[in-house]
Amino acid sequence: MAVGLTLIFGVMRVVNFAHGDMMVWGMYLAWLLATRAGVDPYVGFVACAGALFVVGLVIQRVLVDRIVAAPHEMQILLMLGVALVLENGALVAFGPDPQRVRSPLSAGTFWIGPIFVDVARLVTFALAMVLTLALYLFLTRTDLGRTMRAAADNAYGALVIGTDVRRVYAVAFGLGAACVGAAGALVSPILPFQPAGGLSLSVASFNIVIIGGMGSLPGAFLGGLLVSVAESMGAVFLSPSMKELVSFSLLIVILLLRPAGLFGRAAA
Amino acid sequence: MKWLVAAAVVVLLALPAVLNSYAVTVFIFIFFYAFLGQAWNIVGGYAGQLSAGHAAFVGIGAYASALLSVQAGLTPWIGMLVGGVLSAALGTVVGYLGFRFGLRGFYFVLLTVAFAEVCRIVALNTDAVGGALGYYITFTGNPRQFQFQDNRAYYYVALGLMLVATAVVAGIERRRFGAYLIAIREDESACEALGVDTFRYKMLAMVVSSFLTGVGGTFYAFYLFSLQPNAVFGIPLSVEIVIRPIVGGAGTVLGPILGSFILSPLAEAARVYFGQGGWSGVHLIAYGLLLIAVVLFLPQGAYPALRRLWIRTSA
Amino acid sequence: MTSADRLLEVSAISKRFGGVQAVRDLSFDMARGEVLGLIGPNGAGKTTVFHLLSGFLAPDGGSIHFEGRPIVGLKPHAICRLGLARTFQIVRPFPHLSVLENVRVGALARRPGMADARSRARAVIEQVGLGPKADHAAAGLTLAERKRLELARALATEPTLLLLDEVMAGLNPTEIEAIVSLVRSINRAGVSILLIEHNMRAVMTLSHRIAVLSFGEKLVEGEPSRVANHPRVIEAYLGEEYVHPSAG
Repeated sequence: MAVGLTLIFGVMRVVNFAHGDMMVWGMYLAWLLATRAGVDPYVGFVACAGALFVVGLVIQRVLVDRIVAAPHEMQILLMLGVALVLENGALVAFGPDPQRVRSPLSAGTFWIGPIFVDVARLVTFALAMVLTLALYLFLTRTDLGRTMRAAADNAYGALVIGTDVRRVYAVAFGLGAACVGAAGALVSPILPFQPAGGLSLSVASFNIVIIGGMGSLPGAFLGGLLVSVAESMGAVFLSPSMKELVSFSLLIVILLLRPAGLFGRAAA
Repeated sequence: MKWLVAAAVVVLLALPAVLNSYAVTVFIFIFFYAFLGQAWNIVGGYAGQLSAGHAAFVGIGAYASALLSVQAGLTPWIGMLVGGVLSAALGTVVGYLGFRFGLRGFYFVLLTVAFAEVCRIVALNTDAVGGALGYYITFTGNPRQFQFQDNRAYYYVALGLMLVATAVVAGIERRRFGAYLIAIREDESACEALGVDTFRYKMLAMVVSSFLTGVGGTFYAFYLFSLQPNAVFGIPLSVEIVIRPIVGGAGTVLGPILGSFILSPLAEAARVYFGQGGWSGVHLIAYGLLLIAVVLFLPQGAYPALRRLWIRTSA
Repeated sequence: MTSADRLLEVSAISKRFGGVQAVRDLSFDMARGEVLGLIGPNGAGKTTVFHLLSGFLAPDGGSIHFEGRPIVGLKPHAICRLGLARTFQIVRPFPHLSVLENVRVGALARRPGMADARSRARAVIEQVGLGPKADHAAAGLTLAERKRLELARALATEPTLLLLDEVMAGLNPTEIEAIVSLVRSINRAGVSILLIEHNMRAVMTLSHRIAVLSFGEKLVEGEPSRVANHPRVIEAYLGEEYVHPSAG
């Protein structure tokens, strides 16, 4: 049943897509929030998303905005700095030990035919799908969503037609953070988590985004599925600790062959 | 300026006579990380190819010389060259893949991280090198095995390493190699149009950088005596390597040294005063904040800023 | 005329980008020491031709011979070392380096010794008139100065053939006059020049011959006066209704 778990992980890796050129983000933010969701995470995830949205907005306005035009190396380093602060802030605040969140649903299991299903994972998966769908609709159906996509495509053009590009960037970053917050909350009953896991999660999410295609939402979705399946198969055929090896190898291959990913736009 | 540097070197040589063992240890780490940072500086600072996976080279050099010493009795003084060569081999592979396929900026960073992580995972799962428990070297204190009874001997070795790396970087900066690397960092395509074989020079930088880093791995192994895959191949070590040149001044000769003199004491102070924060995470918060500050206010690092100040005040 | 006399022989090259045929079956030659002007409306494919000649793009078909040597497939730095240098339409100075350091990078192509390259760079900087600004950071130069810098850098590689891509774009008439005489003096010193330019007066005065491109194809090639009055050229630039039977 490892497949179910990694599948969920993958689906919720919705990335900071509107920022074609903002490529580093804080997935570990989820951890910070997930630990605090003393409420049942399946309800609390909304709050997590909200809180993270604000955090994202703040980070964007205060820090990221200043270096939007700076060379990529600087952006990477900035986000690395933010990552360090957040991850170790969590370490200081919550201690290094793994935590888990208990939800009334975590205990439930049942059988569908020959397949053993864990209720918690099912709910997480379902909610993740719903959120992804909602996000997709937002981007394609609402004005703000469309504006964001326009700005991502051509920031200068968007500026010319009067879009408040800065605001769009801020919202995009906030949304990305919100997604991550929700993701963290939804996964918290299933997986043990600890501050040190943050960086490997960031890397995992990059994995998925690169594979699926930077800047493409369906790509991120499919990338998530692909990586999850590959990792699970790796866990089954090789050994559980080697499954990360599979996704890294996949990453290397895709980086070399098609850095734009399966559905992405042309690489920066 | 040259007199200042010479004077500083003399001071550093004399220091162990007056310092206690704890202070000597702090300096050892300052020198060692400055060395690693200086090696990184060649490809990351001068050539502008940000590698966030240099820990891979440290790890390979460390494991190679450790294994050769323990299993084959090969003295680490030679083992370190072997480690360096092996690291350079990996560096060649990573460089080739990255540069031949035109990976720049963020993508190259990811590639280097991916390779370092692969090394880490492989080491974790290979029982022959100790697996998750790590590889241990028994302390014999025998100089021929690159081990010393006296902390001060390590001090001089680390200082020597730092000076050698610095000399290499200074030598590079003075020559066409350095001028080309700097130009590549500024604008690769323009370089190509001016007759610069950018692929060749980036590769060269990568090979030299990884070789030196691999040599550093030997020091790591025979100073700490235990190799844990998560520590020696992990991202935290890569961060330690990268942050010193960045803060001190990437692409300058003295940058990594300055950075190390700023960061190591800072880390040590954080560890001492806030050590209860479990693990050594607290100093990393300081690192993070410093990194943010540098990117926003001093993107070229501390050294260029200081030099500008110096010029302005002496003019 | 044998191959040896021809500095550059371009033979039926073409380049397609997705649905657009940027260059179509283009052929032309250059002799040593001449200035060939390459003109045509925007989008005619001129800069693409430069990319093809300098190795930044590979043609889909056809061949290019420089000094009798085939150069298709060579990387840009190799082509530069053979003696074919270029400038970019949108100038690309090394922003953090000084003017001198910028030009020195070019000089290092032929002179591996740093001191040697430095003195060559100084000489070129004087030649283009940037002497007083030698130690200024490239990022702080005016547009006209940056154009000179771009020119100086390429010149420092001691080329036999220099490709100049709209080196006068964005300059005022005085600056243009200055660049025109600079280019002329460079040519007189023995460097052949292939010039993309929109400024007609400059092209007419500088070029020994002119080739006109439209939609990737060569329309006309020949002496400036002949080309200027050629009906197809007028048609390409201004449209059909402007073609009158002319007196030239």
